[in-house]
Amino acid sequence: MHTIYEWVAGPLTWIAFLIFFGGLLYRLVRLVTLVRRKEPFIFTYMSLKYGLRSILHWSLPFGTVNWRLHPVLTIVTFAFHICLLAAPIFLMAHAILFKEAWGVGWPSLPDAVADGMTVVVIAGAIFFLVRRIVRPEVRFVTSASDYVLLAIVAAPFVTGFIAYHQFFAYRWMLVAHMVSGQIMLVAIPFTRLAHMLFAPLTRAYMGSEFGGVRRAIDW
Amino acid sequence: MAQPTQSEAKQIVDPGIEKGAAGLTEDRIQAVINHVIQNETGARLKVYVDTCVHCGLCSEACHYYLSHDKDPRYSPVGKVKQTLWEMLRRNGRVSVDFMRRAAEIAHTECNLCKRCAMYCPFGIDIAYLMLVVRRIVHLLGMTPQYIQDTAHSHAAVCNQMWVKPDEWPDTLQWQEEEARGEMPTLRIPLEKEGADIMYSVIGPEPKFQAQLIYQAAVIMNAAGADWTMPATAGWDNSDMAMFTGDNEVMGRIKRDHYETAARLRVKRIVMGECGHAFRSVYDVGNRWLGWRIPPIPIIHAIEFYHELITSGKIRVAKKFQTPVTIHDPCNVVRGGGLHHMARELAHALCEEVVEMYPNCEHNYCCCAGGGVINCGPPWKSKRIEGNRIKADQLADAKIRGAKVLIAPCHNCHSGLEDINHAYGLGMEIKFFGDILYEVMEKPEA
Repeated sequence: MHTIYEWVAGPLTWIAFLIFFGGLLYRLVRLVTLVRRKEPFIFTYMSLKYGLRSILHWSLPFGTVNWRLHPVLTIVTFAFHICLLAAPIFLMAHAILFKEAWGVGWPSLPDAVADGMTVVVIAGAIFFLVRRIVRPEVRFVTSASDYVLLAIVAAPFVTGFIAYHQFFAYRWMLVAHMVSGQIMLVAIPFTRLAHMLFAPLTRAYMGSEFGGVRRAIDW
Repeated sequence: MAQPTQSEAKQIVDPGIEKGAAGLTEDRIQAVINHVIQNETGARLKVYVDTCVHCGLCSEACHYYLSHDKDPRYSPVGKVKQTLWEMLRRNGRVSVDFMRRAAEIAHTECNLCKRCAMYCPFGIDIAYLMLVVRRIVHLLGMTPQYIQDTAHSHAAVCNQMWVKPDEWPDTLQWQEEEARGEMPTLRIPLEKEGADIMYSVIGPEPKFQAQLIYQAAVIMNAAGADWTMPATAGWDNSDMAMFTGDNEVMGRIKRDHYETAARLRVKRIVMGECGHAFRSVYDVGNRWLGWRIPPIPIIHAIEFYHELITSGKIRVAKKFQTPVTIHDPCNVVRGGGLHHMARELAHALCEEVVEMYPNCEHNYCCCAGGGVINCGPPWKSKRIEGNRIKADQLADAKIRGAKVLIAPCHNCHSGLEDINHAYGLGMEIKFFGDILYEVMEKPEA
């Protein structure tokens, strides 16, 4: 048990983070190379001003017509994504692990807050799952991979929640938590979870086209 | 008022699609699809497909989806699923029937209006993806018959309507003669090198809407504009090849257009009230030919009329009395940001302007543009059924008093006319030019 823990917390974590950052870098370099080779005009039209203008509107809850059309989804999706990013980074246990390993630390959230955020992520994942099944326009374009991706994202939070509260099988749950977190990190660059990297870029390009060429807004 | 849409559309047979399908094999389809995907697309297609999280948020943007009681087959992403996703998933190995359906979706269930790009949180350009499908359909020779005929016309005589080289100057001189009855000194100057303005129109104007050329001539003469029209090919700014995926012909006719303006050494091209032609000369043709922006400034009629009114070159004698509402065409509003000018112009010309909602960039499409109306009679009722939401929107404006609908785009005009009749709205549809002509001070009248 102890050796499994050591192995997962040590080398596997290193590998996961290397693949995560390396993978994102690889995808970005591949994308830029492809643009240079096949569609260099994208650089011509990219505009910092209009790109950021568009990203800003879409980053604000209710900042666009479509966010306002779907108020519940908007609240859930913003809460989900903010908690998804913030909870793991600012969790005290994670911060301590980093401080022990590298000597660098950062401020962390009180455990109760992080616990609440975890619940938000899990609830959000359930909301997305139900929405996928219930809404015809979403169900129509859903494939098995969409459920798998949702499970990959939800798993570290579910296992983390169970481990933190020590409901059952604490040590095994801790290992499952780490492994599922590593799976998520590895999956991000190579699945549609890559929207973490690509969404700002596609939004910026559409914003640039709308602002710079079409003289119109895109939100 | 709203007619029930049919839950299952009846099978429509298009001779163009059938003729192309008849000679196809799966090997040929696979070769063409993979050629287009590998050689003609790049980062955009890849990232759009890899980034879409299948959330369905683009659905509410689409008038087809809204008009078909939210049938998911008509949502923007639903159309990509039924076409490109499958092609990519099966490595291009799809059946002839699949391609038949893909041709129908790309050509008759999407107007390329880009409203969905404003509803997708990631800004995925589904109109571009549908154009990729149309390109594949074109290379397979399956383009719907009527629009293919207009593309042939572009290729053969460099205009959309098979107007022969001698018929063009004839038509202009005929309209000049007609208009001289009203304004004896009026001229339609042909081939005047060094003029300020080259005025260009779309093929249907000389073919069956010659009075629009008459009106434009009166406006130009009354304003004292230094203008000209070419007597040669290159006068037509329209471009159906852009919508059939025939990029080579599209580029060739755009080059003719710009080169004609360059030959006449004009300072700018002023164009009539057409949306897709604006898109083709303002945004698409220039890119294909390698210019970031058009080599010669392109001025849409809305901008030009706005300029004439604000500069005082044309004065309004008596404002248009009947209440009007404004339709915002996708290509000049989402594609050119002319909605503010259109409103200023409408208020300058008309006594009462009733807003129609949603408006400006968020306006509902006419369901005719993007080459859909050009697919012709076989698809007409499908097109009208696919835009019930527009009929609802118009009916609402009518209840609030609007009697005249201003549609500053030819395709919108024709498509809205069909909707007007089919749904019994009883509105009158006009161009800005019609109203300007009616209310302006005519010096020699």
